[in-house]
Amino acid sequence: MTAVQWILENLPQILELTVDHLLLTVPAVLAAFLLALPLGRLAVRLPRLREPLVGGIGLLYAIPSLPLFIVLPLILGTSIREPLNAVAALTLFGLALMVRSAADAFGSVEEDVRLAAVAVGHSAAGRFLTVELPLAGPALLAGLRVVSVSTISLVSVSAVLGITSLGSLFTDGFERGIVASIVAGIVMTAVLALVLDLLLVALGRVLMPWRRPAPRRAGSREPAQVGERGAA
Amino acid sequence: MTSLLEALDWVLTADSWTGPGGLGVRAGEHLLYSLLAVGLSALVALPAGLFIGHTGRGRGIAVVSTGVTRALPTLGVITLVALAAGIGLTAPMVAFIVLAVPSILAGAYSGVEAVDPQIVDAARAQGMSPRQVLLGVEVPLGLRLILGGVRLATLQVVATATLAAYVGAGGLGRPLFLGLRNHDYAMMLGASIVVILLAVVLDALFALGQRLLARRPGTA
Repeated sequence: MTAVQWILENLPQILELTVDHLLLTVPAVLAAFLLALPLGRLAVRLPRLREPLVGGIGLLYAIPSLPLFIVLPLILGTSIREPLNAVAALTLFGLALMVRSAADAFGSVEEDVRLAAVAVGHSAAGRFLTVELPLAGPALLAGLRVVSVSTISLVSVSAVLGITSLGSLFTDGFERGIVASIVAGIVMTAVLALVLDLLLVALGRVLMPWRRPAPRRAGSREPAQVGERGAA
Repeated sequence: MTSLLEALDWVLTADSWTGPGGLGVRAGEHLLYSLLAVGLSALVALPAGLFIGHTGRGRGIAVVSTGVTRALPTLGVITLVALAAGIGLTAPMVAFIVLAVPSILAGAYSGVEAVDPQIVDAARAQGMSPRQVLLGVEVPLGLRLILGGVRLATLQVVATATLAAYVGAGGLGRPLFLGLRNHDYAMMLGASIVVILLAVVLDALFALGQRLLARRPGTA
């Protein structure tokens, strides 16, 4: 049986696993994003807290994923094979990346703009929602895209613990010696990452219509940079 | 909490560390795999990254290929190569290198690129050869980012080395998967804690190294 045949025959199962994969990825990415917003904003508001907050949460990323899946039940009271446990672990990894992006994004909002927003009478909440959030939007989106891709590839690891996702195609394929299963898993993971990324970009275009890519003009590059680096 | 105590008890018992399948041997294997994978990757990726950063040639290909390999699920690569090469160390090694090369490459070329072009021009104007410019100016000034790439790669590989045991190699994944199969949570937890400690200690060592290097004059 060729790989294509195997994939066609098992298509319903592959699609089911793709849905499982998404059900682990999307809540984790969303939770990481929503948690990172207030934390990132706080880090800008209180510069003293920035390093402990951003650096401290960033340290989570140094923790290997598989061991975290195993240690987390101890803190949460979940079971290792529970999807919620995986979502919690993935959220922590997402948060480790996203808090830094959020702090940088809110930090890039100019102080003058913030003061102007206060001067025209915005409340704190109104200023956050209508001034800071839109201005930080592009940088937030960039961070979110990184989190989305890395989460999708991280999810698969949980398959060795018995949590079903596209990673199950790797474990099943390895145990039963089916190359097509593993190839299908790799391809679907890449497709999923790409589709989710494109969706995020499209969402960014809809929510931030002022961010059209600027048309390229001849001579727009700084003359100092042209052709100098390649000379040696 | 009882499971944590049991796990700590298991980790802190001398018997768990000695013997042919003890934690000592497993931790040694884990480190050895990681250093070997990062070393082999650096052998290829460092010169390639420095070349790309110095000349600007091949940058597009490097950016795209690092992006693509980063999205690759490691477990998929390990199992795929294991089906082809059989169980053992080959498959995880290939996967670790696939994982480590992009990080080291990206660190190396962005480190060289980040050096102020005026400084590079000044070095060239003084009559330094391209080789002297690279080794005497660009590498020392970009060292922080270059090392950052190696640090990231090491972290990733140490984390992933746990999966080597899934396809029959050793490392700290061995007790982890053994515990999983025997429903021995204390053993899984104990092994996990040792992996986490190893990763955190290695990262701290890198942080310390980077800080010491930054203190030396002539580097940044």
